[in-house]
Amino acid sequence: MPLVRLDRAGETQGMSDHPDIRSARDCGLLACTRCGAVWSMQDEGAKCDRCSHVLQSRDTKSLQRVWAWWVAALMAYIPANLEPMLRTRTLVAETESTIVEGAFELIHHGDIPVALIILIASVGIPVAKFGAIAYLALSVNRQARLSAHRRQHLYELVEYIGRWSMIDVFVVAILSALVQLNVAAQISPGPAALTFALSVIFTMLSAQSFDSRMIWDSDTAPDAPVTKETHRE
Amino acid sequence: MVKDFGMPHPQHSGYIVCPHCDALFVQKQPQFGERAVCTRCRTVLIAPRRNAFIRILALSVTNLILVIAALFLPFLQISRAGFHNETSVMDAVLAFSDGPLFVLSLAVGALIVLVPMMRMVLTLYVLAPMVMGRPPAPGATRAFRLFEALKPWSMAEIFVLGCGVALVKVSALAQVHLGSAFWMMGVLVIVVLLQDNMMCRWSVWTALEKRKA
Ligand SMILES: [Zn+2]
Ligand SMILES: [Zn+2]
Repeated sequence: MPLVRLDRAGETQGMSDHPDIRSARDCGLLACTRCGAVWSMQDEGAKCDRCSHVLQSRDTKSLQRVWAWWVAALMAYIPANLEPMLRTRTLVAETESTIVEGAFELIHHGDIPVALIILIASVGIPVAKFGAIAYLALSVNRQARLSAHRRQHLYELVEYIGRWSMIDVFVVAILSALVQLNVAAQISPGPAALTFALSVIFTMLSAQSFDSRMIWDSDTAPDAPVTKETHRE
Repeated sequence: MVKDFGMPHPQHSGYIVCPHCDALFVQKQPQFGERAVCTRCRTVLIAPRRNAFIRILALSVTNLILVIAALFLPFLQISRAGFHNETSVMDAVLAFSDGPLFVLSLAVGALIVLVPMMRMVLTLYVLAPMVMGRPPAPGATRAFRLFEALKPWSMAEIFVLGCGVALVKVSALAQVHLGSAFWMMGVLVIVVLLQDNMMCRWSVWTALEKRKA
């Protein structure tokens, strides 16, 4: 299956191990992050001929942007959990509920699977995402406990799953549009809808800013084979 | 291993680099249905499909029709104590439109309607000339770049799941019925999945470059 292989005396690589794989950077090459065209390292800083994106072997500002968005996301996430997400008005009562309270209401009604979706999407995923991005950013240029493979998977997971946190904002939008039954029942959005949406958008930007190639730099640097025997002076 | 060093802007087209882990490989064109996979991190690098461009185009047109129809048809209807209401996707977008939350209306509108529609239009713009055997349209590379950058921001499928959750939440409050637009959005999600599965960015970039006169 692996049709792409390293140019080394014509031997084919196995799927599982990667002792002979070298990064483009170590071979004096760099790939355009937009279109994937391969150029010489000397072209760094110039514009890609194919898509006119500025060529960079590693995004050196990556971590700064990751942390900036990360902090912004956290600052939006805190009020998102404290302020009301939904205001429900019926004939008998008017209630306000935060994200977590909304989920617990569902549990009271016995809709446990749906409550779980909301809890996972609005609490579990964001919190895990803050942790995962911070861990990935901190583990760059460091001896990480997780292997590069694991960290790459973690990164892909964060990128894939992060968007799904938006579901609660959509639920609020749908409910507010739908439940407008004059005096019988009315639902309107609370301020947390905005801060929560911002928090999701900022974490997505934070994850996108991360240059995942850095995960692998500390893993296999052929020029520094000493990394596995760190005690040698 | 690396040739042509001193030349001004030599593109090393014989190689392919994994965008996720920067591993360097000698490029080899897979057959239709086969995939070229990075042996280090297993990112799919090339995945050509037979007649991919024309199929993607067909799916794009389907999608556009579905989005536009779903926009105005009702997708949920409720009733309680003699009061009735039905809502379309457009209404959901405009749910935040009065008051300080109007920014959110813009964001929701962008994420569930505008971005998915734009991506469809962009695929038409980029791929239609290629299917017809013409050189790429002006600005086609920029259009394809935008198409790729917008991918994570297209959230129609999340919106559809959101409808399901809203349905359950409201059922305690009133009777709910699914409208035709709900099913359209459901089909749309599947079509988008099929399309993303069909799209091989490497093939598109290569085609864009080859056809550039
Ligand atoms: Zn490029
Ligand atoms: Zn890779």
